[in-house]
Amino acid sequence: MTAYVPAEMKRSRSAGADRTFTLFTAGAAWLVLVLLGATALSMAWGGRLAFQTFGLDFIISPEWDAVQGKFGALVPIYGTLATSAIALVIAFPVSIGIALFLTEIAPRWSRGPIGIAVELLAAIPSIIYGMWGLFVFAPFMGANVEPWLTEHVGDWPILGPLFNGPPIGIGMLTAGIVLGIMIIPFIAAVARDVFAEVPAPLKEAAVALGSTRWEVLTKVTLPYTRSAIIGAIFLGLGRALGETMAVTFVLGNAHDLSVSLLMPSNSIAAAIANEFTEADSELYRSSLIALAFLLFVVTLIVLSFAKLLLVRLKRIHGRTL
Amino acid sequence: MKKLLWALPVVALLTACGGRESAGENAAAGGAAITGAGSTFVYPVLAAWASDYAGQTGTKVNYQSIGSGGGVSQVKAGTVDFGATDQPMAADELAQSKLAQFPVVIGGIVAVVNLSGMEPGKLRLTGPVLANIYAGKIKTWNDPAIVQANPGMKLPSAAIAVVHRSDGSGTTFNFTHYLGQVSSAWKAGPGEGKTVAWPTGVGGKGNEGVAGYVKQIPNSIGYVEYAYALQGGMTYAALQNAAGSFVTPSAETFSNAAASADWANAKDFDLVMTNAPGANAYPITATTFVLMPTSPADKAKSKAALDFFRYALEHGQEHATKLDYVPLPASLVQQIEAYVGQKIK
Repeated sequence: MTAYVPAEMKRSRSAGADRTFTLFTAGAAWLVLVLLGATALSMAWGGRLAFQTFGLDFIISPEWDAVQGKFGALVPIYGTLATSAIALVIAFPVSIGIALFLTEIAPRWSRGPIGIAVELLAAIPSIIYGMWGLFVFAPFMGANVEPWLTEHVGDWPILGPLFNGPPIGIGMLTAGIVLGIMIIPFIAAVARDVFAEVPAPLKEAAVALGSTRWEVLTKVTLPYTRSAIIGAIFLGLGRALGETMAVTFVLGNAHDLSVSLLMPSNSIAAAIANEFTEADSELYRSSLIALAFLLFVVTLIVLSFAKLLLVRLKRIHGRTL
Repeated sequence: MKKLLWALPVVALLTACGGRESAGENAAAGGAAITGAGSTFVYPVLAAWASDYAGQTGTKVNYQSIGSGGGVSQVKAGTVDFGATDQPMAADELAQSKLAQFPVVIGGIVAVVNLSGMEPGKLRLTGPVLANIYAGKIKTWNDPAIVQANPGMKLPSAAIAVVHRSDGSGTTFNFTHYLGQVSSAWKAGPGEGKTVAWPTGVGGKGNEGVAGYVKQIPNSIGYVEYAYALQGGMTYAALQNAAGSFVTPSAETFSNAAASADWANAKDFDLVMTNAPGANAYPITATTFVLMPTSPADKAKSKAALDFFRYALEHGQEHATKLDYVPLPASLVQQIEAYVGQKIK
């Protein structure tokens, strides 16, 4: 009798604990979704005045004039996308290079220290990147890189206009490069981990067939890890899109639309950080919140695109393997 | 500023320890802190006053320099005891939001340049030239209009890199207000405001952002509060004033501008004194105004805040001068006393 009751209690208690645990984990997961939805809704609600007033013009107009009360988000959207694109163009090859060196080429004793150094790059606060960009990197760009670019690339037929401008060191190119350095550790760390997961027999087989290191990379390692690498790239891109402090230091914060990457521009996050405290009319404030909503939408589109790509690639990958 | 940060916890500790014995006294002195928010322009001198005042009376002043626009909306919302702004509010708007307004300190905004070999105060700029540089119409340093104002000076043929503020700012309001006074094209074009649609240039965040950009970019021009130019050892330009003479920024030329302003006839002190008429007056001077509710919810705190400003206006001149601001003339302080006594109940 006395032995029976505790056993029953024990069983019911463990069932209760199970239920509590399920509820807890489900709650934690759903909380994220609810928070995300609530954030998006409140930004859309806060920006409704801007959307109502300007309609589609809010997205396609380059004009941002607080005195006249006219707000268009084209320049910040363009600046956000352009700087992030430059960042990716720089960060992708460098990260893959780092990962490949660490997994395949580097002497075993140096892998730990270099790997940790790359990961530490991710721990530097973005404002430090911004200050370094402004005080060290921008003058270097202005004095050395940009005059050279204008002189040697500036008169090329299609790319030329991108690199033709005053060499002031501050602008989309500098901001993109600083962003690129910031996202390198995110892509490199993931790439290194997945490269290490490539089965050795596959690579050995390729080497046995006479492949060079380059051929092993392009024909075995990259195809094998493609989906994870794309995931890593979009993780880095997500960070680049929303980066605020580092960008605002070196981007120039000017609402001017220009083809040249050497010219100052603005990004969504930088515009909000710069202008929110002094946004003194309802419409101005609403426009800035609407900008935040647009950044949310842009990021959502980019991430959904990445997910879609992953699913497709997995299907192809599954078939070929 | 650092002094203030250290002083606050100490004062808090002292009042906490001595609370039991002298509770009555503390309550009378308004033991709780006065809170204010607004203009970043006035922050250095306000912090110095607050530190002194806390040391002498035990009343703490907690000021958040969030910007003029923020100061106005906070005091309207009633979350702070006073707001501070560099752009005066019009009398009817004040009446509507039940606020009173008075000036507390005057400072100057200077044009700073980064030209190799140029000494402070040597480069001369007229108002229209400055407006045309910021409008993007004058593009190079050896433009005839600049050369004409600087006979015999060797100016580079380099392009002018224009630097402005990226954030909304009372400094920008006063600067663009001045450009509007001296150039009708500017007034009709970008106009005046805490932030405008700049035709050209890069934007730096805050006075320090603009100062940083001007230091980093060769052949650039920017505008900052005078103290930032001095502390950064920057090259400022002499500006032509309304009387036609070129004046360099200094406490003296700022106070000349202040003296020539007609405060007596400005309702609610709604006066922007850019382009002041005096012969030796600096053309871009800015005033910081304090905003307070005319019928405050917490009368004791309102009185404590007024006591603080009375102290600052009567005994704060030394701090103001040391930090390169200009204290208000005595006649103006009397006028403020009368105004406050009449307005704030």
